[in-house]
Amino acid sequence: MTITIQHLYYLVGAVLAFTAVATLTDRSNAKRYSTGLFWALYALVFLVGDLLPALWVGVGAVAMALIAGFGGVGAGKHQGPSPSQYAASAKRLGNKLFVPALAIPLVTMVGTLSAKYLAIGGAPLLDPKNTTLVSLGVGCVVSLALVCWLTRETPAQGLRESHRLTDALGWALVLPQMLGMLGLVFSDAGVGKAVAYVTTTYINMDVRFVAVAVYVVGMALFTVIMGNGFAAFPVMTGGVGVPVLVGVYHGDPAVMAAVGMLSGYCGTLLTPMAANFNIVPAALLELPDKNAVIRAQVPTALTLLAVNVFLLNFMMFR
Amino acid sequence: MLSDVNLWPLIGVAIIIVGFVLRFNPMLVVVVTAIGTAFAAGFPIDKILATIGTGFIKTRNLPLIILLPLAVIGLLERHGLRQHAQNWISSIKSATAGRLLIVYLAARQLTAAVGLTSLGGHPQMVRPLLAPMAEGATEARYGTLPERIRHKLRAFSAATDNVGLFFGEDIFVAFGAIVLMTTFLREAGIDVEPLHVAVWGIPTAICAFLIHAWRLYRLDGVLARELAAEGIVSLSAAAKTPTRGV
Repeated sequence: MTITIQHLYYLVGAVLAFTAVATLTDRSNAKRYSTGLFWALYALVFLVGDLLPALWVGVGAVAMALIAGFGGVGAGKHQGPSPSQYAASAKRLGNKLFVPALAIPLVTMVGTLSAKYLAIGGAPLLDPKNTTLVSLGVGCVVSLALVCWLTRETPAQGLRESHRLTDALGWALVLPQMLGMLGLVFSDAGVGKAVAYVTTTYINMDVRFVAVAVYVVGMALFTVIMGNGFAAFPVMTGGVGVPVLVGVYHGDPAVMAAVGMLSGYCGTLLTPMAANFNIVPAALLELPDKNAVIRAQVPTALTLLAVNVFLLNFMMFR
Repeated sequence: MLSDVNLWPLIGVAIIIVGFVLRFNPMLVVVVTAIGTAFAAGFPIDKILATIGTGFIKTRNLPLIILLPLAVIGLLERHGLRQHAQNWISSIKSATAGRLLIVYLAARQLTAAVGLTSLGGHPQMVRPLLAPMAEGATEARYGTLPERIRHKLRAFSAATDNVGLFFGEDIFVAFGAIVLMTTFLREAGIDVEPLHVAVWGIPTAICAFLIHAWRLYRLDGVLARELAAEGIVSLSAAAKTPTRGV
C-alpha cells in the first residue's frame, strides 16, 4: 500500500468536516450557520472534489468567496486553560514539549530522504510524486500520537484544537488555494503572453543594462502580480531573457536563470498574492495588520533586487 | 504572431491591483479577478466556472502544509509550549531578538540549501517556537512589552523564515525551481547544467543573508529606541540607575 496525497486530502477533509459540524453547534459563534457552511463546502472540496464536475466546484469556490467577502466567516470563543495552568503545565513538561514540535520537521525530513528505500511488497510506501507533503502528513500523525501520549490528551481534543486554530485563521486559510487557482486562470486566459508582448513592444532594450534591469525588475513585478516566481519565469524568460539577454547580448543563460528566479523571489516577499508566506503567517501570529509581514520584508527585498541588477549584469557578461 | 495577442486579459492585473489597494476582501478580489479575466479572454460563463473549479482542485495541495500540523500545534500550545519556549530562551543570557533571528536565518538558509526545506515553516516553527522566543528574549531584558513591539517581533520572525527559505532552497540542485528552469531553457533550445544554475544562485543568496542579517543586527537597537520612547528601559540599566525616570 502506498500512502498518497489523496489520503491526506481525505484526512484534511475529515478534520474540516468536524470543524464544520462543531461550528454549526457552536453557540458562541454569532455567525455559526454561514461559517459552518463555509467550512462544510471546503471539506467537500477535499473529500469529493475530484469526483464532482469542475463546474460545480467552481460554483462552490465562488460561493465560499462570497461568504468570506461579505463577512460571513466568524469565530467562536474557545475556553483555554488559565495562564497559571499554562505556566504549571510548561513547568511540568519542560523540554519534553519541544519533542513533538520538532518531530514534525524531523519525520518529514527523514521521510523525504529515505522515500526511495521504503517499499512494501515492491510498492513504494510514500507516494514518489509528493514525498515531502506525504512525509509531512506522516510526521503530523506520528507527532499527534506523541503529544497525546505525552500530555494524556485524546485525539478528539486534537480535533477541537484544530477547530480553535482554524477559527483563528478564518478565510485566510483558503486564500493560498484561491490565489493558486487565479494563477491557473491567468495562464489559461493568456495574461502572461499579453504582459510579455507589452514589455517587449514598449520598452527600448537597445542598451544592455536597461535590458538586464527590465528582466530583473520584470521578474519581481510579475511575481508580485502572480504571487509566484514559477509563473513569472516562463513569461519573462521567454519574452526578454532568451530573445534579448541571450539572443542579442550573448549572456550566460545559467546565470540569467539563477538570478532571474531569485529576483522573482524578491517579488514574493512583497506581495499579498503570496498568501501562504505573507498573509497566512500574519493571521497565524494574530497580527492586526494583515500586511505586517510584508512591511518587515520590504527593505530586504528592494535592496536585494537592486543588488541583483548589478550581479546579473556583471556575472552574465563576464 | 505577436500582433494577434489578446490584450484584454490584462484587465485582470488592473482588477487585482485596484482590489488590493482599495482593501476589499482578498477572497472576493481574487474571484472577481478570475471571472473578469476569463470573461475578457472570451470564455462563456460555464467555461469560466469550470476553469475556476479545475484550478481550485489542482491547487488543493497548497493548504495542506498549514492544515496538517494544526492539531499537534494546538495541543502543544494548550500545554504551554509557547510559554516554555519563552522561558527557555530567557535562560540564555546573551540572547537578544536580533541575535536569535540571525542564527535562525543562517540555519534556515543552510538547511534549505541542502534540501531540508521542511525544517521550518510558519505553522510548525514560527508560531509555536521562533516568535515566542523572539518575544521571550526581549522580555527577559525589558519586562512586559507593549503590543506594538510584540507584533513587530512576530512579523520579523515570519519575515526571517521566508528570507531564509527562499534564498536557501534555490541553490539546492534537486529543487523544483531548478528543474523548471532547465526544462524551460531546453525547450527554448538552450542546454544548461542544473548544477551551474544552482551555483550561480549562491552570490545572490549570500547578499540576501548579508542584507537581512544587517537589518536584524540593527533590530535590537531599533527596539531599544522604540521602547525608550515609550518609557521602557532595559532591566539591567534600570537596576543600575533605579532613580532615573526614563
